[in-house]
Amino acid sequence: MKYPSQGVARLYFIAAIGLFAAQILFGLIMGLQYVIGDFLFPAIPFNVARMVHTNALIVWLLMGFMGAAYYLVPEEAERDLIAPWLAKLMFWIFLVAAALTVIGYLFVPYAGLAKMTGNELLPTMGREFLEQPTITKIGIVIVALAFLFNIGGTILTGRKTVVNLVLLIGLVGLAVFFLFSFYNPTNLVLDKYYWWWVVHLWVEGVWELILGSILAFVLIKTTGVDREVVEKWLYVIIAMTLITGIIGTGHHYYWIGTPEYWQWWGSIFSAMEPIPFFMMTVFAFNMVNRRRRNHPNKAAMLWALGTAVMAFLGAGVWGFLHTLSPVNFYTHGTQITAAHGHMAFYGAYVMIVLAIISYAMPIMNGREANSQRSQVLEMWSFWLMTVSMVFITLFLTAAGILQVYLQRFSDAPLQFMLVQDKIAIFYWLRELTGLVFLVGLVLYIWSFFVANKEPGLTSAAVDQALKGNAGPAAAIA
Amino acid sequence: MAQTFTKTMARNIFYGGSVFFFLLFLALTFDTSMALPDRDRRELLDPTTERGQQIAHGKALWEENNCIGCHSLLGEGAYFAPELGNVYVRFGNNTEAIKAFIQSRPAEGIPGRRSMPQFNFAPDQLEAIAQFLKYASEINTAGWPPNKQG
Repeated sequence: MKYPSQGVARLYFIAAIGLFAAQILFGLIMGLQYVIGDFLFPAIPFNVARMVHTNALIVWLLMGFMGAAYYLVPEEAERDLIAPWLAKLMFWIFLVAAALTVIGYLFVPYAGLAKMTGNELLPTMGREFLEQPTITKIGIVIVALAFLFNIGGTILTGRKTVVNLVLLIGLVGLAVFFLFSFYNPTNLVLDKYYWWWVVHLWVEGVWELILGSILAFVLIKTTGVDREVVEKWLYVIIAMTLITGIIGTGHHYYWIGTPEYWQWWGSIFSAMEPIPFFMMTVFAFNMVNRRRRNHPNKAAMLWALGTAVMAFLGAGVWGFLHTLSPVNFYTHGTQITAAHGHMAFYGAYVMIVLAIISYAMPIMNGREANSQRSQVLEMWSFWLMTVSMVFITLFLTAAGILQVYLQRFSDAPLQFMLVQDKIAIFYWLRELTGLVFLVGLVLYIWSFFVANKEPGLTSAAVDQALKGNAGPAAAIA
Repeated sequence: MAQTFTKTMARNIFYGGSVFFFLLFLALTFDTSMALPDRDRRELLDPTTERGQQIAHGKALWEENNCIGCHSLLGEGAYFAPELGNVYVRFGNNTEAIKAFIQSRPAEGIPGRRSMPQFNFAPDQLEAIAQFLKYASEINTAGWPPNKQG
């Protein structure tokens, strides 16, 4: 760690992993409720489990992004954070706000929570992913502003690299588009239209800039490839992201009351949204193949390559599957959407946060990379979580195809609940696969404890080992 | 990438492309805003009318009870319970049927099955929710969903 203030990232990463565990736990509860409908009813109804599942995901990814920024911005800017104390203070405010919100979800009926927090004064609650009480949303804005002040100030007074500037643009966009969560008119069409300015312009817009810059940073550090090359790739990738993704918002405007021309705009532009993800895959593999050093942290490199591949599959391919309007007419709001959502979030955002944690945590703990045994455990967790997410996606896709056929496509469409009973086998398979994912997560967390007990690997040791071996092939093994 | 394609060119494509397509998006948003009055049934929402107030109240109740946490509305939300954007049509264009269904849910659930919670709504709240769902069903959604099963 070159600058002491980078160390604040540690807090953010630890909290992120804690919330990740909560997210998975509630995911398993929901998965079981899909097949045993009264499981934990009425104590934890499905909607409550789902709020915890999705909101924990959002908050832990934000924590991961913030941790990533606090870690990489000083290193890129070649100076300490302008206000490390502010970063620490904001961490505790964010964590307490998140914890109180989750406690509210779990122990107060949602209508009671709305009353307690004065939702009628500025109604923003009860919309998907934006369920947080208005006061929590205001807290998020304050934390985001303080964060941007800290990060922006550090970037603008230090060395200005492309990685830092792209990250800053992404983070400013994140904060700006979140403001649309405060706009909630009675007119349902307008409500939905601008709700997507938060949701879509986050995950298919500015978040991809954050993803791109973190990935570029990890690749620069682990491969030693010339910064100029990486930066050119980064610009091209994020250019394609926004060129396709902004008008690509149109794929959400097919059936919510907006004019029919969105079926053309949305289909054409969102059909091109896989392009930047494909470029990201090519980019990551290219950089690793052209590496000028053999970094001892193989686990971090695995996550970096993994996120490039899985983001392409989950966001790119699975998004394309149902993005053309004639297809979406049948698949809109079915398990196909759920399938896409799971692999896209895991591939693009979970894995990039785990990549930067994997790279930065050992360094913050005073070693270049974790021990061999810890890395092997981490790589096992990578494969268990990634393969189970592929299968979760496949099972939900199978469920979705059947659902579309039985409920919407066949000559005698069946009722929703009848269809749900018929496709229950896939929900069972999804739940079992979810348990495998949990095993992967446990191994992941365990790998940190193993790492703390053993001396880490160093570049020198890796180079030494390679000299006695047959060359580059040994480095990959 | 060949050297003829420089980092500066890549940067210019990023800034130029992003700004251009964001402006195009704003233009399309403006056009959509002009077209919406003929599609989104905003005349029903007039807050000086009883119906307008009921729909606004119904939407508030919809939100404050997190209905979207299980149901979808115009295809968006959770996929655990039926689509409600067309429930008014599915229930035979009948708000009474919607109210009766909501009222009939057992407080302790149904053994082994998914069941909607009992919310103990007052009669005026039930009417407000039913009016909100009726309004949602009347929005011009380009023919979606494919059939009344949602």
